[in-house]
Amino acid sequence: MRAAPTLAGGFPDISELTVARQAHWRRWLTAAAIIVVLAAIGRAFANGQIEWVYVGRFLTATAILEGIVNTMVMAVLAMALGIVLGVVVAIMRLSPNPVLTSVAAGYTWLFRGTPLILQLLLWFNLALVFPTIGIPGLWSARAVDVMTPFLSALLGLGINQGAYTSEVMRAGMLSVDAGQYEAAQAIGMGRLRALRRIILPQAMRVVIPPLGNEFIGMVKATSLASVIQYPELLHNAENIYYANSRVIELLIVAGLWYLLVVSILTPLQMLLERRFARGSLQIAR
Amino acid sequence: MTRPIVAIRSVSKAFGEFQALKRVSLDVWAGEVLCVIGASGSGKTTLLRCINQLTSIDSGGIWLDGELLGLREEGGRLHRLTPQQIARQRLKTGMVFQRFNLFPHRTALENITEGPVQVQGRKREDARAEAMELLRRVGLAAKADAYPAELSGGQQQRVAIARALAMKPMLMLFDEPTSALDPELVGEVLSVMKELARSGMTMMVVTHELGFAREVADTVVYMDHGAIVESGTAADVLGAPREARTQSFLSAVI
Repeated sequence: MRAAPTLAGGFPDISELTVARQAHWRRWLTAAAIIVVLAAIGRAFANGQIEWVYVGRFLTATAILEGIVNTMVMAVLAMALGIVLGVVVAIMRLSPNPVLTSVAAGYTWLFRGTPLILQLLLWFNLALVFPTIGIPGLWSARAVDVMTPFLSALLGLGINQGAYTSEVMRAGMLSVDAGQYEAAQAIGMGRLRALRRIILPQAMRVVIPPLGNEFIGMVKATSLASVIQYPELLHNAENIYYANSRVIELLIVAGLWYLLVVSILTPLQMLLERRFARGSLQIAR
Repeated sequence: MTRPIVAIRSVSKAFGEFQALKRVSLDVWAGEVLCVIGASGSGKTTLLRCINQLTSIDSGGIWLDGELLGLREEGGRLHRLTPQQIARQRLKTGMVFQRFNLFPHRTALENITEGPVQVQGRKREDARAEAMELLRRVGLAAKADAYPAELSGGQQQRVAIARALAMKPMLMLFDEPTSALDPELVGEVLSVMKELARSGMTMMVVTHELGFAREVADTVVYMDHGAIVESGTAADVLGAPREARTQSFLSAVI
């Protein structure tokens, strides 16, 4: 038998040896326990008072599909309005002009400080305050005709979202190094051009994860518009179960659709993050 | 009679309780390379930043190319200029920062063309051609499409010099351009600056590189506690300083 080769100083040569696989007994045990618990919950639901045929039947019902389309249309439009407002308000908040900063702070205070469902109800019932609305001498209309469920939901959700988004955008803009603004000034840029060309593109990298979070919140917050008769997913599901009393089945249908939409949004967010990671090495992977 | 490109007259600036500049006066002449030396906190960077109005002054006046900076005289009173007018005055100076401050989301070439295209409204193709020429001049033609994060500190600073030159300034301001660099990268930036000085560019350089000052500077200014203690030719100020404070600073640095 050949003696094991030794290295300088009498240490054994371990360069040829392989590292043994570790046995993760505890991981296997916890996984098994979790599967047992999940199986028990699944069995309880299977034996509970749920008619799963109805779930399958209504999953692709016309009213449900229309509901999910309306939900997504509202979520996208209200989020767009929220981002536009958020960027403008964040820029105002960081401006040297005390009038602009006060207006921006007041907006955030008002719309973040009251419940979203209350704001939706206020927009929808605006006709109680102002029977007619319009621009004096140019155009006017009855508020009940203008404040449709769609417009009430869009304004309520979008303006509320703007208050939250403005804080996300402000954090993003503050995260950009002050030297970037100075460098932009040094090549003759004004404040707005520096914001648009230099500061905001860099802030985007930071704000996309929280904005993705906000958008997922928005998809689900549209369900609050059911209280003002906007025909989104939950509202349509409710209308069906008012007629056929399959409450739990239709709530499960709605829940599955919300889960599906949110599951699709996550990889979309990652694509967007990669788009805005230009020039940064650590995100390039 | 010719007049200086920059005339600084009795300029003071305080940050709260701290008096950064105390009635400083200084001239910079066309084609001159002027190095400002001094300990940190002596006011040399503040003085430089006042010339391109990144820092506003409390009193006194600075004239750039015969034009009063930041203020306008009318009816026996001074009025503040609008941000647009200040931005236009800034175009006469190019600034190189200690920390480079390249735009990380733009390539080296895009960093250089940003100002000419966006601010000066020049044609994109012309700006690109000139930017490539500037990159060649600083020895980085091969790195045109690299993002700042892919460049070394010395390369970033050379791109930053090219970015400032692209605006065709009449005066280049350097704020400790080599202080943030690893020692082995200082030389490449200094050699670009030497080439620039030889080409006749007017330069005001805040620096700790006394070797560079000795070799390139026409004038060396020593500042301490917000005031100019001594100024003269590089040989005089660095080689035979008259003031005791200059002598003790130089003996501490060397």
